[in-house]
Amino acid sequence: MTGQAFLLLAAFLVLLFVLSWPLGRLLARISDQARPVWSAVERPFYRLAGVDGASGMTWSTYALALLLFNSAGALVVYLLQRVQHLLPLNPQAFPAVSPDSAFNTAVSFVANTNWQGYAGESTMSYLVQMLGLTVQNFLSAATGCAVAFALIRAFAARSSKSIGNFWVDVTRVTLYVLLPLSLIVAVFLISQGVIQNLKPYQEVNTIERVTYDSPKNGVDGQPIKDAKGQPVMESVTRPTQTIAMGPVASQEAIKMLGTNGGGFFNANSAHPYENPTALSNFIQMLSIFLIPAALCFAFGRVVGDMRQGIAVLATMTLIFVALTCVVLWSEQQANPVLATLGTDAAQSATQSGGNMEGKEVRFGISASALFAAITTAASCGAVNAMHDSFLPLGGAATMLLMQLGEVVFGGVGSGLYGMLVFALLAVFVAGLMIGRTPEYLGKKIESYDIKMVSLAILVTPFLVLVGTAVAVMTDAGQAGISNPGAHGFSEVLYALSSAANNNGSAFAGLSANTPFYNILLAIAMWFGRFAIIIPVLAVAGSLAAKKRLEVTPGTMPTHGPLFVVLLIATVLTVGALTYIPALALGPVVEHLQLFAPAASSAGAK
Amino acid sequence: MVNLIRPTLVLLALLTFVTGIAYPLLVTAIGQTAMADQANGSLVMRDGKPIGSRLLGQTFTSPKYFWGRPSATSPMPNNAASSSGANLGPTNPALKDAVAGRIEVLQKADPSNQQAVPIDLVTTSASGLDPDISEAAARYQNNRIAAARSLTAAQVAAVIDANREGALFGFLGEPRVNVLRANLALDALAAPATP
Repeated sequence: MTGQAFLLLAAFLVLLFVLSWPLGRLLARISDQARPVWSAVERPFYRLAGVDGASGMTWSTYALALLLFNSAGALVVYLLQRVQHLLPLNPQAFPAVSPDSAFNTAVSFVANTNWQGYAGESTMSYLVQMLGLTVQNFLSAATGCAVAFALIRAFAARSSKSIGNFWVDVTRVTLYVLLPLSLIVAVFLISQGVIQNLKPYQEVNTIERVTYDSPKNGVDGQPIKDAKGQPVMESVTRPTQTIAMGPVASQEAIKMLGTNGGGFFNANSAHPYENPTALSNFIQMLSIFLIPAALCFAFGRVVGDMRQGIAVLATMTLIFVALTCVVLWSEQQANPVLATLGTDAAQSATQSGGNMEGKEVRFGISASALFAAITTAASCGAVNAMHDSFLPLGGAATMLLMQLGEVVFGGVGSGLYGMLVFALLAVFVAGLMIGRTPEYLGKKIESYDIKMVSLAILVTPFLVLVGTAVAVMTDAGQAGISNPGAHGFSEVLYALSSAANNNGSAFAGLSANTPFYNILLAIAMWFGRFAIIIPVLAVAGSLAAKKRLEVTPGTMPTHGPLFVVLLIATVLTVGALTYIPALALGPVVEHLQLFAPAASSAGAK
Repeated sequence: MVNLIRPTLVLLALLTFVTGIAYPLLVTAIGQTAMADQANGSLVMRDGKPIGSRLLGQTFTSPKYFWGRPSATSPMPNNAASSSGANLGPTNPALKDAVAGRIEVLQKADPSNQQAVPIDLVTTSASGLDPDISEAAARYQNNRIAAARSLTAAQVAAVIDANREGALFGFLGEPRVNVLRANLALDALAAPATP
């Protein structure tokens, strides 16, 4: 780790805490449904929708409303893609998206995953990007935040049947938090060079012509094939460059703030039009963690004990810093294979050095590695470097950050409710050890709660491990793998980890835009999202109905360093026990092959 | 359940209008009025015509220009309508072969240069459109460009100095040179430069 990397990480964390503190106050304020926030703005929405904002919902009604709202959203995104060729704002005249790809994308954006099997600039019209994808960037984040609100209100509630009103939560989060923040970030991003227009793609005459090989077409317009069936190539010279355009900045802002991560362009935040400068990159990184961090403070406020929120935030921060250092260290290494060829990868005053394959010069190693850790710790999934080309341990750390269940900051809302699920498990384990009924924030944790907690924790590993096994054992799954050996297995494991944990980043060499992967990953994303939300809401319903007990000398404190250590141990134990065997087959093997080739090939004999 | 259908449809429609139409159009209006240059792609003009964007790499192969990062876009490199990385894993033999091939091309164009090649000059960028190379990669090409243009090494070095960008506040960004801008600066140098 270089001095610059240390400065960058320190500056990032300090600014994050400074900015998320006041936002936590706002979030706590709007999560309180008993008080109107700005009724002139909200009330028309409720009146038109026929909603009584003052009436609460039981957990099952809340869950049903959430499922209906998200299913309807998915249907809209699917239909928009299927008929985009008939709709306006399609200057490149893209045809309708294929059914399996459109299905995958619709599920992906609604589930706050934003896995992308397609390449944005060669698939989606501006209308679909705005009306379909940007909208779900907002609404999926608002949904996650709503669930977090419901859960933290349940901790604060006393013998209540209601966990709040879903419509009010979604409307308030969208209007008061996501929209204003997005507007500020979008305008800032434009100032850095992110484009925002509705123009067709521009053709410019470049300084030099570019010459490349292209399949030769016959008079019938079909590619000519030689005797072996290979396409005949011809050399083509082109004096121009076609430059993709579009309304990028508006989508980019919410892509980060909502921990969505679905890029306007195929190269995502590595594309200079999405992320043009080191400063835009820094703001994007802050935007990813801003709301997840602020929700910890909001949690502390709502339950009436800020130390509880800080303990959760400290847990997240410690795990994050440890794994970030692994990525920073790993990527600053030279790839030993390339070093033997006569390349210079040493860090110096004139270059960042390190493993530059799949990275951008303006970000270098430190801003690429930090971004990678942030985007996988949060369930964002935007990338400013190609994770597929990371050195094995750097790639393993990003994978592990997802596999921990996206609770290290995690997604908007989902990070907090995911971590609180682990907190319940931690007090349960501690309760077993000391022989007392476990309590958290004055709520007795009973058999029903722990069953729901177990369900929420076990859904994702099931999806990841079974999904990976299915993919590597079938021809259709193997067909997508692009890199040979252990790395090819890592590509599949990464894809399933990313989808089931609603991250959305990829080892992008995997050719995932096939019916097999589109459907497999859509299933992982949908259940990875909603099969956790439903048990979490059930826990909220159960907790809200309980009395809040007073603190006694026998109560285990859940705000001190001891609890932070217990919580870290719980998260790491569950994650490590579940995934170490799979990680050993992928990145660990590859690391040994790369850094100790003689030993590992001897072992193979 | 029935009483949940109306709010589902109405709120989805209202919030779609606000976040999917009003918001992006407002941002577009702000961008086009206040920052039209950036909002339209930071295009670089020469003789009144756009010749590229200062944010996007383009392909240079002549020895008299700085060469940019290798690009994995298809069908041609630096395809700004289809961004993509190579996604080769660190142990993939194809990566080793590709890098070895690029080193060979660089050395053939400048046989007297015995330095180790800066890593960013022979590895593909993440976007396939990286507009920059490291300062080290620019300095590596100094003498080749000077010879091809009949300039002194110091004249080319001065172009690098003038186009070098460093880190903002000491930690944001890396030492780098914008390839398109540096090449335009080379072309703008005195007579011997132009063929």
